[in-house]
Amino acid sequence: MEELYIISDHCIIRNNSVVSGGKKVFEYDRGGEPSFFTALYRHFDLNYPKFFKMDNLCKLGLLASEVLLREKNILRRYPGDQVGLILSNAASSIDTDRNYQISINDRTGYFPSPSVFVYTLANIVIGEISIRQKFLGESTFFIEEKFNPERLYTQVKLILDEGIISCCICGWVELDGDHYEAVLYLVEKSAPLADGIAIFEPEKLHEIFLQRI
Amino acid sequence: MKILVVSYNNTQPTTHNTQLTTSLQDVYLISDNIISSLGFTTEENMASFREGHTGIKEYDDLDLAPAPFWASRVDNEELSGRFTVFGNPAEYTRFEQLVICSVKDALSRCTIDITGKGTLFILSTTKGNIDLLKGNKGDPFEKSRTYLWYTAHLLQRFFNFHTQPLIVSNACISGVLAIIEGARLIRANRVDTVIVTGADLVTEFVLSGFNSFQSLSKGPCRPFDKNRQGLSLGEGAGTVILTGDASLALSNCPVKAGYGCSGNDANHISGPSRTGEGLYLAIKHTLERSTVPVDYISAHGTATPYNDEMESVALNRAGLQEVPVNSFKGYWGHTLGAAGVIESVAGAYSLANNILFHTLGYVEPGVTHPVAIIDGTFAKNLGSCLKIASGFGGCNAALMFHK
Repeated sequence: MEELYIISDHCIIRNNSVVSGGKKVFEYDRGGEPSFFTALYRHFDLNYPKFFKMDNLCKLGLLASEVLLREKNILRRYPGDQVGLILSNAASSIDTDRNYQISINDRTGYFPSPSVFVYTLANIVIGEISIRQKFLGESTFFIEEKFNPERLYTQVKLILDEGIISCCICGWVELDGDHYEAVLYLVEKSAPLADGIAIFEPEKLHEIFLQRI
Repeated sequence: MKILVVSYNNTQPTTHNTQLTTSLQDVYLISDNIISSLGFTTEENMASFREGHTGIKEYDDLDLAPAPFWASRVDNEELSGRFTVFGNPAEYTRFEQLVICSVKDALSRCTIDITGKGTLFILSTTKGNIDLLKGNKGDPFEKSRTYLWYTAHLLQRFFNFHTQPLIVSNACISGVLAIIEGARLIRANRVDTVIVTGADLVTEFVLSGFNSFQSLSKGPCRPFDKNRQGLSLGEGAGTVILTGDASLALSNCPVKAGYGCSGNDANHISGPSRTGEGLYLAIKHTLERSTVPVDYISAHGTATPYNDEMESVALNRAGLQEVPVNSFKGYWGHTLGAAGVIESVAGAYSLANNILFHTLGYVEPGVTHPVAIIDGTFAKNLGSCLKIASGFGGCNAALMFHK
C-alpha cells in the first residue's frame, strides 16, 4: 500500500492579498505602509528585525512561512530535523543578482557588498526560514519554468516515504522585479481533522495553486 | 504487482509493473566526466591528481577583477575547439558549451537512450549564465539565458531529451543534492536513468562576491592546513550517469550511489555553524541508513578557516575522526555548482581504483578537532566513500558511495 499524506494547511500570497486556512486574512491598503511586505510584517506583528536586512525573495518566503505556521507550534510535534523544506521558483535570485551586478558595473564606485552578495542564491530563503523556525531537516531549492505540482509531489513524497522527515513545508516562492507570488503547503504524515485539510496529491496542490484570491 | 503511480513529468498517471519498495535497487554510476583546468575527461584530471599538479594559477584579467587573482579556469580556445564537434560555438554560451561537452563525453562511455521517457537530465548550478547579466555591447546572447530554466530548456532542445530537465540550485551543495535526488528517483522507479551535470564559471560576479567576503586565498588554497588563507575559485563541469541497469555501461562499473540526505544549520546564512549541526545531522542520518562502514571521506574542504573547522567538528561528532579524509579543492579550486558532481566522480574513481589522493596544499594540521587528513597519494583497498558538502544558507549534505 502506498502511504497517504495530508496537506494540513496552505498559504497564498499574491495580488496584495494573503490567504491562510482557506480564508483571506490580509489585504494591502496602499495608503498605509510603504510596501506590501512591510505592511504584512506589521499586520502579523512579527517582531523579527532581521526581516529588514533580507532581500525581497527572502522577505516573501519568510512571510509566507510565518503565516502558514503561526499558532501551529510545529516544533512541539516534530523535532527540528524531522521538518523538511522543499521550495522552487522560476527566477532563482535574479532580482538580487541584478542589484548586485549594478553595484559592480561601475569600476570607480566598485564596492561589492557581502551582505548583498549572500542573497544572490535562491536557497538563502530556505536558510532564513530555517533560522527563524529552527528547522534542521532535508531541504532543496529547485528551479522550474512554472509551478510543477507533479514534481513537487514526487520530491516531497519520496523523502516522507524514506522516513527522513515527518513534516514538510513545500511550495513556490517567486520574485522577479515587481512580480511576487508565494504558495506554501504544510504536508504531514498525519494531522488533526480540521477545515481545509486534504489528501496530499498533485491535483490538490494544483487546485490550491490556481485558487483566485 | 500492478500499482498506479503518478509519473514524474506528466499529469496523467501511468501504470508501471513494478514494486514501489524503496532502497532495494542498486543505483550504478555507469559513466562520468570531469572538465576542469586539469583536462576534459575524468582520466585526464585523475592523471594530474596522480602527478600532484594543481590547475590553480594567478590571473591578471581586468574583465574579471580589478586586481590579479588566483583561480582554476578552463581554457577558452580549447573549450570552443572541442565544442565545434557538437555545435557552433557562436550559438552557445561558455556555460552551455561546458555542460554539453561534459554530457557528450559521459554519453560516449555508455549506451543509454537519452531521448527516452525514462531518462531525466538534472542540471546542478549556482549561477549558470550569470556572466550575461552585465549585458556587454554586442553580446550575441539574449538576457533571458540568465534564467536557469531557459538555459535548461536550450539544453533539452540540444540533446532532444524527452523529459523536461530538473534544475537544482542550492549553493555549494547543489551537485551532491542533484545526485541524491537522481538516485532517489531511480530507487523509487520514477525514472530509469539520470544524467546529472554540474557546472559553474569563474565570473566577475562570483569573484567580486567572494572577494568582498575576504575569503579568497593568495596562492592555491590549502585545505585543512594551519596556514590556510581562504578558498580558490574554480570553474568546470562534471557529469555522472546513474541507472539501475549496469549492463548499459561500456566498462566495468563497480561503484553504486547509496543513501544521502541534507541538513540545515538553522544558524547563519553566510557562516557555518560552530557545532557543525546541519552537517552532523546529514552524516548521522546517512550512516543510519547505510549498510556499509565509511572507509574514506571526500570533504568539502574549501580552505576557508571557518568551513574546514566546522567540518572537523562535525566529523568528530559523527565519530569519523579516524577515517581518512581529503579535499580536492587544492587541485581545481571551488567549482561551486560543479563541485559536488566532480568531487563525487573523483571519490568514485578513488573507490574503483583503490587509491587515496593527497589533500594538495595541506602540510600541517590546522583544525582544533583532529581529523585524519590524507597527506600523500597511496593505494588502499576501499569499499565505500562518504561525500560531504556545505554551503551558504546553512545547507549541508552527505552521500554514500559503495562497491
